[in-house]
Amino acid sequence: MYAFAYHRPATLKQAASLLRKTEGAKALSGGQSLIPALKMRLADPPVLVDLGGIAELRGIRLEGTTLIIGAMARHAEVAAAKEVMTGIPALAQLAAGIGDRQVRNLGTLGGALANNDPAADYPAAVLALDAVIHTNKRAISADRFFKGLMETALKPDEIITAVAFPLPTRAAYVKFRNPASRYAIVGVFVAETAGRVRVAVTGAASCVFRVKPMEKKLAGKFAPEAIAKVRVAADKLNSDIHASAEYRSHLITVIAQRAVTAALSGK
Amino acid sequence: MNAPVIGQSIKRKEDYRFLTGTGTYTDDVTLPGQTHACFLRSPHAHAKIRGIDTSRARAAPGVVAVFTGEDLARARVNGLPCGWLITDVNGQPMKEPPHPPLAQGKVRHVGDQVAVVIAETLNQAKDAAELIEVDYEVLPAVVSPADARKPGAPVVHDSAPDNTCYVWALGDKVAVDQAFAQAAHVTTLEFINNRLIPNAIEPRAAVASYARADDAYTLYVTSQNPHVERLLMAAFVLGLPEHKLRVIAPDVGGGFGSKIYLYAEETVITWAAKQVGRPIKWTAERSESFMSDAHGRDHVTRAELALDQDGKFLALRVATTANLGAYLSTFASCIPTILYATLLAGQYTTPAIYCEVTAVFTHTAPVDAYRGAGRPEATYVVERLVETAAREMGIDRATIRRRNFITTFPYQTPVALCYDTGNYDATLTAAIELADVAGFEARRKAAAQRGKLRGLGYSTYIEACGLAPSNIAGALGARAGLFEAGEIRVHPTGSVTVFTGSHSHGQGHETTFAQVVADRLGIPVENVDVVHGDTGRILFGMGTYGSRSIAVGGTAIVKALDKVIAKGVKIAAHLLEAAEADIEFRDGAFQVAGTDRKKTLAEVALAAYVPHNYPLDRLEPGLNESAFYDPTNFTYPAGSHICEVEIDPETGVTQVVNFTAVDDFGKIINPMVVEGQVHGGLAQGIGQALLEGCVYDPESGQLLTGTYMDYALPRADDLPSFKVGTRETPCTHNPLGVKGCGEAGAIGAPAAVINAVVDALAHLGVRDIEMPATPERVWRAIRSARPGKKA
Repeated sequence: MYAFAYHRPATLKQAASLLRKTEGAKALSGGQSLIPALKMRLADPPVLVDLGGIAELRGIRLEGTTLIIGAMARHAEVAAAKEVMTGIPALAQLAAGIGDRQVRNLGTLGGALANNDPAADYPAAVLALDAVIHTNKRAISADRFFKGLMETALKPDEIITAVAFPLPTRAAYVKFRNPASRYAIVGVFVAETAGRVRVAVTGAASCVFRVKPMEKKLAGKFAPEAIAKVRVAADKLNSDIHASAEYRSHLITVIAQRAVTAALSGK
Repeated sequence: MNAPVIGQSIKRKEDYRFLTGTGTYTDDVTLPGQTHACFLRSPHAHAKIRGIDTSRARAAPGVVAVFTGEDLARARVNGLPCGWLITDVNGQPMKEPPHPPLAQGKVRHVGDQVAVVIAETLNQAKDAAELIEVDYEVLPAVVSPADARKPGAPVVHDSAPDNTCYVWALGDKVAVDQAFAQAAHVTTLEFINNRLIPNAIEPRAAVASYARADDAYTLYVTSQNPHVERLLMAAFVLGLPEHKLRVIAPDVGGGFGSKIYLYAEETVITWAAKQVGRPIKWTAERSESFMSDAHGRDHVTRAELALDQDGKFLALRVATTANLGAYLSTFASCIPTILYATLLAGQYTTPAIYCEVTAVFTHTAPVDAYRGAGRPEATYVVERLVETAAREMGIDRATIRRRNFITTFPYQTPVALCYDTGNYDATLTAAIELADVAGFEARRKAAAQRGKLRGLGYSTYIEACGLAPSNIAGALGARAGLFEAGEIRVHPTGSVTVFTGSHSHGQGHETTFAQVVADRLGIPVENVDVVHGDTGRILFGMGTYGSRSIAVGGTAIVKALDKVIAKGVKIAAHLLEAAEADIEFRDGAFQVAGTDRKKTLAEVALAAYVPHNYPLDRLEPGLNESAFYDPTNFTYPAGSHICEVEIDPETGVTQVVNFTAVDDFGKIINPMVVEGQVHGGLAQGIGQALLEGCVYDPESGQLLTGTYMDYALPRADDLPSFKVGTRETPCTHNPLGVKGCGEAGAIGAPAAVINAVVDALAHLGVRDIEMPATPERVWRAIRSARPGKKA
């Protein structure tokens, strides 16, 4: 680890001003990606702004047909929250399957979204559920938030405050894990919300993406066989020592079908 | 009569300190004035070093010293030696290129040590290491054994222009060729035995110090064999008298072979401790472990089995290319030869065997022994062939094995070993029952209804353990003896300290060795403490590897115990005023036969240390005996593993749903400890078959599996609850009747798993699958199979 200055502001305003003040300053939420990068000397931020002391970033609540989760909600909190388990059980299940126990006790929703790791789980949920990302500056729709490999619509001093998830009528997330890292090689989140179906895939490409041909088929008939023949072309998919693009392309269809089956069973 | 102590599942004495975090590992050792070392490692697989500028690093805050290969060369520090000489097919010695502890002129693998920075703090050392400027001329690299000998392949060492360390052979080629000419059936397979990274939970570490007052060094190090470490480092590398170097291997958190060897890092800091006049600590980071611990396996093999029309094995022909990495590690040369080809008879009467091994250098980390060391590779060859031949010939897999089992002992194999005892049918029969093979068809059908493919695979393995008769090892090229030493110190009150040259780094010797002593002396296990891992306290030792500790180290202890008892008889005879011939030692007391007159061990010990009434004219006081034991043969643990898998054909995911292991380890001292060893071995064997694989980029030579993000170690949920059992044929040539159990799981399991995977897919036409059988490999095998065609 290289030396850095550490701040733990109590308000969002202070945090934003600290981030603005020093070029290269980084916000620290759960630290489950940033701290390992620091320890391996792969990142060298001059300033770390710890968001852990900001009360307004916490909390999970249901407002009508919307589930609102504070950016600093830990994965373990999301997994165990009554509001999530009843409102969007698929999201609780997703949170319960992120990383390991230690990661879930520290990692946060906001941190995962801001980091936008191509194999992270939350981006698939946010995109498939058509959630809205609230920041200290504005509200961003899911479709406009994820920009590319570890890239989002966030500005350097912009901090995610909460995410608003519309409650779906049915949804499920199925993850095919990398045997080494246990991250998603392919993770598919399928959701039907207010009569519209969205399918989001993580782990397979440089950034989470929707599979509109599947959405169309499922809008016609929400059943696994409806998408059995829909393929995502391999040419834009990741290829690495664990899975070729061709294999990922195959897995997307298989895992999406399983997600549809799971959504139908409501489990 | 005391209850027997041998054979009891006594809880491990050492676990209290391990479970409460009060063990003392090397990194826990902190000496006054200690400094910290950071090694600058090569980022390239192959490069010429045109120059190294350390001036900025030397001037950095907290830096005590910076050393490079040139400094070591100037100080006449030698290269790291190889402990086993292999003679090639032409009678020439193997190529032994120099292995400088810090690179000189060239780097030869990613992670090769280039320089060391010694600083007040670890962070200062790391900061300074980044300031060292190395002018590299990057050269092309070769990483795979299959490519190493291709024309035009990049050359690792100028002294081996074809990248060949040796070509070595064992067996009767003419007899094998004749047998193949007459065979009714020949089964041929080509496969890769995948390269593995050891991953001990405790990374390698060392703390070195030098005392000017007595001109002596002390080295704390994560070693499986501190005396060997001392011998190699003092005599061969640093040119020190051995008594000036004390090597202490305190609690060590796992080795699996990777901590047998003399490594560069501890050698450099031991030398440097005198230069800087202060203690130096180095602890590997996990990424350093991945790139610089000696790796395992990495064979490319073509193997053929000749059979008659009844499935009797006539001959076996094996050609293997083995990757040794960039430099010869301490025992690298004997693993793919002496510990591999000699095991190719397996449990079978195959009358003619010929094996040729080509060992090559590549631009990868050195390869050496890893749990099983040659024997898993041999088992994989034999058991994959046997199972494939059975399928091709339509013979039941158990039947073909039974038809070829060795049933009379001693049995001289055509590949140099002489098995003393065994009962292979007993372990196979027991395994078949425990695995409920009879119910498999029903389970297969039930799985098929769920859309899953079930398969069953067998592996009946043998290993040669209890390394080793020194004269045989010497004749085969060993540059060291392979005996073991032990000392029994009976204290004046009758409690005992055992000093053993074996080394425990997870095996539980403090318990099992104490059980042996308690059993023989008739005293409570609590009254026996075991000391290991310190050249300053233990008379000598060859350490722990090759499942040798109980068979060789345990026997040395028994020999010392025999001497203690023999002396006790003399003392007791004096005290009891009886003839020595009338004294018998039973249940912890020396008794005049046929009477109730006796002296306890404690009474005899007290007399030996307070010799007021003592035959001082004939007998030395004290009760302290030591013994060296050199075995007369290897031991031959053997067993049967049966693996049952279920495959999801849509994704290619293989799940091990049942795994049964019935092993014959001879007499068992502590069944719980043995079961733990089997579990660990199976986890590593299943890991090799399904998950683990070290990958270097074929172009750049970069290590692609350098973290746990990419190197797939098995986790608990990758494994089933194992079904284990034992059958016992006591070893005939050691007094405990023990054979050793540490490696068996890793030796037998890979073939059983792959046999099961192939069994599940055989109806699709799949004949073989490469390890690790990852989901994508299985999926591709299914996809490219020709449905309906039987393999």
